This record gives sequence, structure tokens and C-alpha cells, in this order.
Amino acid sequence: MDFITFVIERYNYWIFIVLMMIGLYTVIARGNLIKKLIGLNVFQTSVFIYYISIGKITGGTAPIYTSADMEARAGGHDAAALPGKDALGEGGLHTTGGDFASAGNSLEELTKAPHSAPPAEALHSVPGAANDLLSSPALTVNDHAAAAADAAHAASNVIYSNPLPHVLILTAIVVGVATTAVGLALVVRIREAYGSIEEGELEAVDVVAEFGVESGDGARA
Amino acid sequence: MIAPETAILLSMGVPLIGLVAIWLLDRAPNLREAATLATGAILVALTLSIFLAVGAGARPSISVITVIGGLKIDFSVEPLGAVFALLASVLWVVNSLYSIGYMRGHNEKHQTRFYMSFAVAIAAAMGVAYAGNLFTLFIFYEVLTLSTFPLVTHKDDDAARRGGRVYLGVLMGTSIGLFLPAIVWVYTIAGTTDFALGGILPAPLASAGLLPALLLGLFAFGVAKAALMPVHSWLPNAMVAPTPVSAFLHAVAVVKAGVFSILKISIYIFGERFLDASGAAEPFVWVACFSILLASMIAMRKDNLKARLAYSTVSQLSYVTLGAMLANSMGVMGGALQIVTHAFGKMTLFMCAGAIYVAAHKTLVSELKGLGRKMPITFIAFFIGAMSIVGLPPLGGSWPKFLLMLGAADAGERAVIGVLIVSSLLNVAYLLSIPAQAFFLAPQEGEALAPIDWRNLKEAPFLCVAPPVMTAIGAILLFIFANPLFNYLAPIAGAE
Amino acid sequence: MSLAHQLPIIPVITPLLAAPIAILLPNGRLAHLWATAISWIVFAACALLLRDVATAGVISYHMGDWAPPIGIEYRIDLANALVLTLVSGIAAAVIPFSFASIRTEIDERQMPLFYAASLICMVGLLGVTITGDAFNVFVFLEISSLSTYALVALGARRDRRALTASFNYLVMGTIGATFFVIGLGLLYQATGTLNMADLKLHLAGNNNRMVEAGFAFILVGMGLKAAMFPMHLWMPNAYTYAPSAVSAFLASTSTKVAVYVIIRFIYSVIGADFDFASAAFAYVLTPLAVAGMFFASIVAIFQADVKRMLAYSSVGQIGYMLLGISFGTEQGLSASLVHLFNHGLMKGALFMAVAAVVLRTGSHKISAFEGLARKMPFTAAAFIIAGLSLIGVPLTVGFISKWQLLSAAFDSGRPWAGFLIVASSLLAVVYIGRVIELMILRPAPEGELKEAPLSMLAPLWVLAAANIYFGLNTQLTVNLAERAAAALIGGGP
Repeated sequence: MDFITFVIERYNYWIFIVLMMIGLYTVIARGNLIKKLIGLNVFQTSVFIYYISIGKITGGTAPIYTSADMEARAGGHDAAALPGKDALGEGGLHTTGGDFASAGNSLEELTKAPHSAPPAEALHSVPGAANDLLSSPALTVNDHAAAAADAAHAASNVIYSNPLPHVLILTAIVVGVATTAVGLALVVRIREAYGSIEEGELEAVDVVAEFGVESGDGARA
Repeated sequence: MIAPETAILLSMGVPLIGLVAIWLLDRAPNLREAATLATGAILVALTLSIFLAVGAGARPSISVITVIGGLKIDFSVEPLGAVFALLASVLWVVNSLYSIGYMRGHNEKHQTRFYMSFAVAIAAAMGVAYAGNLFTLFIFYEVLTLSTFPLVTHKDDDAARRGGRVYLGVLMGTSIGLFLPAIVWVYTIAGTTDFALGGILPAPLASAGLLPALLLGLFAFGVAKAALMPVHSWLPNAMVAPTPVSAFLHAVAVVKAGVFSILKISIYIFGERFLDASGAAEPFVWVACFSILLASMIAMRKDNLKARLAYSTVSQLSYVTLGAMLANSMGVMGGALQIVTHAFGKMTLFMCAGAIYVAAHKTLVSELKGLGRKMPITFIAFFIGAMSIVGLPPLGGSWPKFLLMLGAADAGERAVIGVLIVSSLLNVAYLLSIPAQAFFLAPQEGEALAPIDWRNLKEAPFLCVAPPVMTAIGAILLFIFANPLFNYLAPIAGAE
Repeated sequence: MSLAHQLPIIPVITPLLAAPIAILLPNGRLAHLWATAISWIVFAACALLLRDVATAGVISYHMGDWAPPIGIEYRIDLANALVLTLVSGIAAAVIPFSFASIRTEIDERQMPLFYAASLICMVGLLGVTITGDAFNVFVFLEISSLSTYALVALGARRDRRALTASFNYLVMGTIGATFFVIGLGLLYQATGTLNMADLKLHLAGNNNRMVEAGFAFILVGMGLKAAMFPMHLWMPNAYTYAPSAVSAFLASTSTKVAVYVIIRFIYSVIGADFDFASAAFAYVLTPLAVAGMFFASIVAIFQADVKRMLAYSSVGQIGYMLLGISFGTEQGLSASLVHLFNHGLMKGALFMAVAAVVLRTGSHKISAFEGLARKMPFTAAAFIIAGLSLIGVPLTVGFISKWQLLSAAFDSGRPWAGFLIVASSLLAVVYIGRVIELMILRPAPEGELKEAPLSMLAPLWVLAAANIYFGLNTQLTVNLAERAAAALIGGGP
């Protein structure tokens, strides 16, 4: 039972892992260069999903100040006046941070952890407490995150998702698009030069060209 | 009179200046050879001045550049180095005379490159002789290897290339693979690589199990120029070079730089006392003995004269290693004297071999029968050189053999005395048989021996014959004047 | 804000802004002059940075004045100042060098694009090195990689295999970069920060499997970029078929930068005292480094193509650097940094010499080198100097590297590693010796064969001379590397 919960609660990671493996498999196993590129894209996208999912907090809204929040902050929380990235981000992060690798051995502990860990500590990933927390991922990922965020921002009732991973992944998407563009351009050139985009055929052509089966004629086969 | 410190630097600088002069005089062979000889003469003056200064008790030293923290290019002269440098520079002049005769008599190509490489090699030999620490020694040791490579491959044919490959492969392989790690190891243990009388390794290390023997082994085989078996194979391969190269580099400069390094390492890095206490040297005494005997036996089976001489060199070099490994004052003195006397003896033999080749185009021992009657001067010089190598009085070569036997007795290694005696007998068999056949056997069975026709000799050109005669006379003089040399070298053996 | 204050941004911003201008320039010669000027400015800036760091300590530059850990920080200490100087120095030598060689190897119209891509590649490599922000590393890494793919593919005019080589490089490089991002994500999840110094604070004493997994992903990702054995498969083809000047630039910079990132993450992010990091040293880095040293060197011996041979040799040399790191000692680390710098100099000179040979003979097959010592004596001499340096002959930088590595090995109680290092240098004797022998001992080829033009010889000889100069004067390399290593390990200034 516990195990199943454990698995299900981390569904976002499973999606990420499955996608990643599909992508990698495609890159490695397919001989067609376009398919390789598609695999590469799937692989990259899985990482995007992973990043996006770790920024999500249940009940959290888009990280844009609501008017109510602005007012609450204006009422004396100077320290938190800067965009609340720090506290918010960490609060959301730590609790979502699941050590999926340690799944087998600490299930029992896991189920208790969210309740035993004081929210305040959850916020600041300082060594001792954080260690505990890190290895005891949120049972209910989002509940716990919400609780933590709550504690931190008692003043304002608005919960924001962590915007930083989104920003990071926007950058990564741009990089991914650029990579795909370069890759496709290369494929076009390869097709022009070789007349094929199947890896096996390309190799065969190169081998013939290098070691010349008969004369130069074989190279154009 | 210049200061010895300056002389040290000049002794490396002058050959390099000579190198430039040789290069510039490419088109004027006579001037080019004059440049070589002038360089040689200046160099002899320099090394002689250092030799005298060291004899007077000075220990000139000079530091050139600090490379890394404790690593300096550093020169400091002690008696052994002074003797080696003087020996090399004097014999270089002799050999240059001989080279002129040989190379012209033989119309060799690339003569400029030949003399240029020689100049670099002699500068490197000076660096080895005067090195103040292992690091400096290593640098010049490598320069010596690289600068002699073009000489070994001088003929530019397939055989030369093959020989050159083995030459470079073995020498570089051992020096980088064994010698360098040994130096670094010493450096990490002792914090320095400076040569100091009595050694620099901490005494407690002597009881550190196999470590001292391992370290000594790295040096003994890492310095492949000492041609201890089984890292000797470069030497026979180097015989593809023109004879002056074999005569000077592979009987004097290169190989002596090797055994000189071994001797220096055993005295100044390990120290006799350390070697004695650790027992590290014991196995290498036997390796050296093995090398002495086996190389002599191989030499007996070689019909090619130069190959026979090469194996004889392998055998004779191991005498020096043996002396170093005996780790007592007699052994060390024996080794040091062997460096000098063998240089004269073996160089004579090689130059004779070259003279025979130039005059009669013969390279095989079996072709030399009766040739002594046509080239008596060459063969008399050969005979003297061979006697010196064998170790017969009244020739210089007898002293080191005698001292080594004393050293062996001191070390309680009676079997070593036996090895030395057997080796001398083998030497007689393979060296003295050559002039004997040349004088007393007819070229063809049943033919009568012609008397020597002194008015109508078929000797090689003057410059090919005079140098071996000079070195042969040197070998005789070394017998008579061994005592000053002995006293001169005494400080290195009197460390205890 | 004085200009001196803005110095840290100059190496990144100048080429970035200059690249689009290079595209607009009407012909290759102008673009070449422009890129040369920029590369010299950048080199000057990096040299100044190195001087400042060496005298005044770590420089921290806040992008847009946002304080770290929120803002992006450029953090320059001795370790990256050294790498910056190497990368910009090589660029300052290769870009002037490239004109004559590139003109014959790629389409005339592509030359402004070539110089733009080179400048962008430079931006990326310098950015990776200079930044103190972990995610920023990824961004710059991809900037450099993307331009590198394009540069490699430019070799297609000579040999169409450049295209497939570039494509494979793209696939492998992207996988590596993505692994790196996954690792960063895990670290971020564990700490909530991406600033390297901040990461280290949060990770101190904090080892759980998430961090370990993150570290492993980063090591694999960067290992791919650094061509760490056995993840080097992209490299031989890419270096072989790329235009010769590109090979010269990449071989001496890009893998070095990746090694630097590995060092940076191990010491400045994870912390070497981390149990996991030391386990990685013992069970991953050491065996792979040794395997690379031998495997790649042996493969290099049997290559018939000099560029490919040098590429395999690079894989082996990366092994030395990783081995030094894996000792986990200050000396080992400093030896790695020294070798990183020195190897850049040697490989730069070697590949540049090959480029000169390609220009004159049209081939980089080993047979093209026969008898070159007579026909192209200056090129051949530079190749020989750099080759001897690669072997580790005294009085060259290679010897300094070997010496440092050997003493680190003996000092850390690993004499066996010392012997492995020298044994693999012997393999270098074989593969370099093979080429040198051909150049010196074979008869010169028939027909007209001129020495390379001065515009190539001058930069080539600058690097060859650097191989000797830094072999004698080690103030810059060894001293700074030792201080850098002490700072990386001890956390001091």
C-alpha cells in the first residue's frame, strides 16, 4: 500500500523518467537522423517537465503579485519586500525534493515526516534539519509545501509557485530550439552531400569512399 | 685566467657558439673543420682550468635558473665530473681530427649536420659532467640522447632508421619510464635532488624493506646509457652510425655519461654508507656480473668488428656499474678509473676499425687475416688498445681491474673476483685474437705471409691513423701516471 | 562606474557584441581583422584579470548589480583566471593564424560567418569559465557548443564527413548538456540556489542521494563535453574533419574548459571532502583516467591521420588531468591545472602546425608529413618542439606537467600512478616519434612545396616558444596553479 502511494505521489518524476528514457532510446536506437533529433527533443522536453514540476506548489498561483498581497506587504514586511523568491522558492523546493532513490528503506519514516518536521525549519535548508527533510520527501508533496509556505508568509495569504525553475527552463527551451535548428540544418546538408539520412547508409558510403571498393564509382552508390 | 664558475657556463656555451660557426661555414669545409677544432681547443682549455681549480680544492658551483620551487638548473663540479669533462673534451679534439680524415676519406653526405650534432652532444656531455643535481643531469642526459639521434641515423637508409628507432626508443623509454620517476621519487623523499657527498636519502630509509633496492633499480636500468643488460640493446644498434660517432659517442661521451651518472648517483644520492646499510646494491652486483660475462660471450660470436666492439663496450661499462654497486672506496675508485682508461682503450679500437674500413673496406673480423702486414701501425694501435681493455700491464686498463678486485675482496664478494678473471680471459679471446690473426694468419689458406713492406704501406689517410696512435699512447701513459689521477679522485672515495 | 570596475564583463560582452558586426562585414579579410582585434582586446582583458586576481584576490562581479545569490555573479579566482587566460590567449593566436588556412578550406562567402561563429564560441567558453552561477554555466556551454557544431560542419567543403561528425557531436553534446541540466535541477531542488558559493554553503555536510545523483549527472554530462574516456567518441571525428584552424582552437580550449568545470563543481560546489566525491575519485575518475591514458594513446599509435592521432592523444591527456584531480590532494589538483594550461599550449601548437601542413600539402594523412623537415623547416621544427613537449622532454612545458603529476603521485602515496603516467608517456613517444621520424628521415617529396606563410608561422611560433618559455619560467603556471589549488581545496582566497 505504502509503496504504491510512494510511487503514485511521485508521478511527476515517473513521467519525467519515462519520457527521458524514450528520448534516449530513440536517439541511440534509431538510424534515421530526423528520428534521432526527435528523440533528442523528447529527451530535452522531459527535463523541462521535471524543472517545471518542481516549481509547482499546490494552491499556488502564478508568481505575480496580487493586489491584496501587495497591500499586506506594504504594511511593514520590509524584509520580504523584494520579490519573495528566496523564502518562497526554498519553501516550495525543499518539500518537493524527493529522494526517490531511497524509496525502499524509509517508507515508514516518510509517511510521518511531513507532520513531524516543523515547517519553519523546512524553509531554510540548513544542514541538520534539511538532511532529514531531504530524505523524507513530502508525502503529500503539495500539502506540505503549502503548509511551509503558509508559515513563512503568515502575513499574506497568497501562495505563489516558484518562478525560478520556469525562468530557467525558458532559457533551456530556447537553447533546445537552437540545437534543433542547427541539427536540422545539418541534416539538410547531410542529405545534400550524401543523398541519405540513414546512419547505416552514411557509414557504408564513407567506408566505400575511404577504402574504395573498386574505383571511385562505389562512393556514389 | 677566468673564474671556474664562468668556465662552467662557457664550457657549454662555447660548443654552441661553435655550432653556429659550423652552420655558417657550411659552404667552406676547411673553415668549418677549423671552427670545430678551434672550439675543441678552447673547450679543452676551459675544462682544464676547471680541472686544475677542482684539483686545488675548489668546488665551483653556479645556479642558472629555478624552474619549480626546489628544482634548479644548477652546476657544481667535483673531481669525478672534472675528470669526465676533461676526458670528453680532450678526446673530442682527437676525434674531430679523426672525423675529418674519416668523413672526407669516405665522402659522407651532410657533413655540416654531422659536426653540428657533435657540437650539441659535447655541450650536453659537459652539462652532464658539471650537473649539480639530478634534475640538471637528467635534462642534459636527454639532450645528449636527442642530439646524437641524427648522428646514428646519419646514413639515412632503412638500416639506419631501424637502428635509430631502437636507439631513441630504448634510451628515451628507459629515461622517461624509469629514470624520471626515480628522480621524482627521490625528490619527494629527500625534498631535493642536489648531489651531496655521502648521499641525500634519509638514513632510516635504508631499512625500508625493498624500497631502496627498487629505487636503485630504477636508476640502474633507467640510465640505459650505462648499457646494463637487458637495456643495452641500443648500443649495438647505434653501430649503424659512422665510425667517428661510434668511437667518440659510443665509447666515450654517451656511454660514459651513463656510467658516470650511475657512479654519481651511487656516491652522491645514495651514498656508500646507505648502500652498504640497506643491502640494496647486492642484487645489482650480480646483474652487473651477469652483464659482464654475457656481453663478452656475445662479443665472441660477433664477426662484425664494430658489433664485437659494441658488445665489448657493454661488458666493460658494467665494470663501472659493478664498482658503483660494490659500495666501497676501492670499488668506486675502480669504477672511476675504468671510465677514463676504457675511454682511451675503446676509442683506439673503434678508430682503428674505422681506419680499416676507410683503407680496406673491411668490416668483418674474419676478413682481417693478414691485413696487419699491410696496415701495421693501425694494428699495433689496435693491439695496445685491446691490451688495455683486457687489463694487462703496462697499460692503463690494468689499474681499474686491480682496484675492482680489491673492492670485491673488501666487500667480501669473492665470486666477483672470479667473474673478473673469467671476463679478462674472454677479452683476451675476442680482442687479442684480432691483431694476432691480422699479423700471423695468411688471408687465404696455404698462402705465405708477406713481410711488412714499410715503404709501401696501405694505411688509411694520416688523419685516420694518427688519432688512434695518440689514444694508444694515452693508454700507456695512463699506466705510468695513474697515481696522480688516483689522488685526484680520492675525495670521492674518501667519503666515509 | 570606471572601466576597471567593469573589467570582468569585457571578455564576455566584447566578442558577443562583435560577432553580429562580423557577419555584416563585406569580406573575409575585414572580418578577420575585426575578429583579430577583438580577440586581442579580450586577451588583454583576461591577462589584466589574471594580474588583478593574482595580486588582489578574488573578484566578484554582480551582473546588473543584483547581489548574489539572486543575481548572477561572475566570480574570478586564480583557477578560472588561469583558464580564461589560456582560452583567450589561444584565441588570440588562432584567429590571426586562421586566415590563410581557412581561406582555402571554406567558401569565401562564409568567412564572415566563420569569424562570427568563432567569436561566439569564444564567448561561450569564456562565459563558462568566468561565471559563478551554475545555470549560467549551462547557458554559456550551449552557446559555445552550438557555434562549435557550426564551425565543425564548415569542414564539409574539404570532406563531407565533417557533417556527420558535427551531427554526432551535436547529439552527444546535447545529451551531455542535458545531463548537466538534470544534475543542476537535482542540486537546485536540494538547496534552492544556483550560485556556486551558495550551493557549497548549503551542501556542506549534506549528503543525500539526491545530491549524489545530481553530482553523478553533472560528472557524466561534463565528462561527455570533456571527452573523458569512454565518452570521447564524438571527438576524433569532429577534430579530424573540422577546418584545421577550428581543430587547433577547439583542441586546446573546449575540452580544457569542460575539465575546468568538473574541477569547479567538485571543489567549489560539492566539496572534495564530500564522501561521495572521494568515492567518485577512487572508483570512477581514477580507473577511467587510467583507461583513457592507455586506451587512447594506444589507439593514437595506429592512426593514419595526424589530426585523428592528435585527437586521440587529447583523450589520453584529459586522462592525466582527471588522474591528477582524482588524487584528491592539493598537489594533484595543482598538477591538473598546470597540465590543463600546458596541454592547451602543446595541442594548440601541434594542430596549428598540422594546419600549415594541410595548407601546403592539402592532406593531414601521416604520409603528407614525409620529408617535411626539409621543405617546411619552420613548421616542422614547431611541430617537433610541441611534440617533444607532449612527450614530456625536459625544458618544455610537458616536462613541467609530468614532473608535477609525478610528484603529486609519489607524494600522495601512489607510486603506481606515477609509473602509469610515465608508461603512457612512452606511448606518446611512439606516436609522436612516428611523425617526427617521417618528417626528418624520409626523403622530401617531389615538386614544389613552400614554407607556410608568415601569418601562420608567427602565431605558430608564438605558441611553440610558449611551450619552451613556460617550461623554464614556471612563475605563472606552477605558482598560480598551486595557489589556485590551495584556494579551491582550502576555501581560502
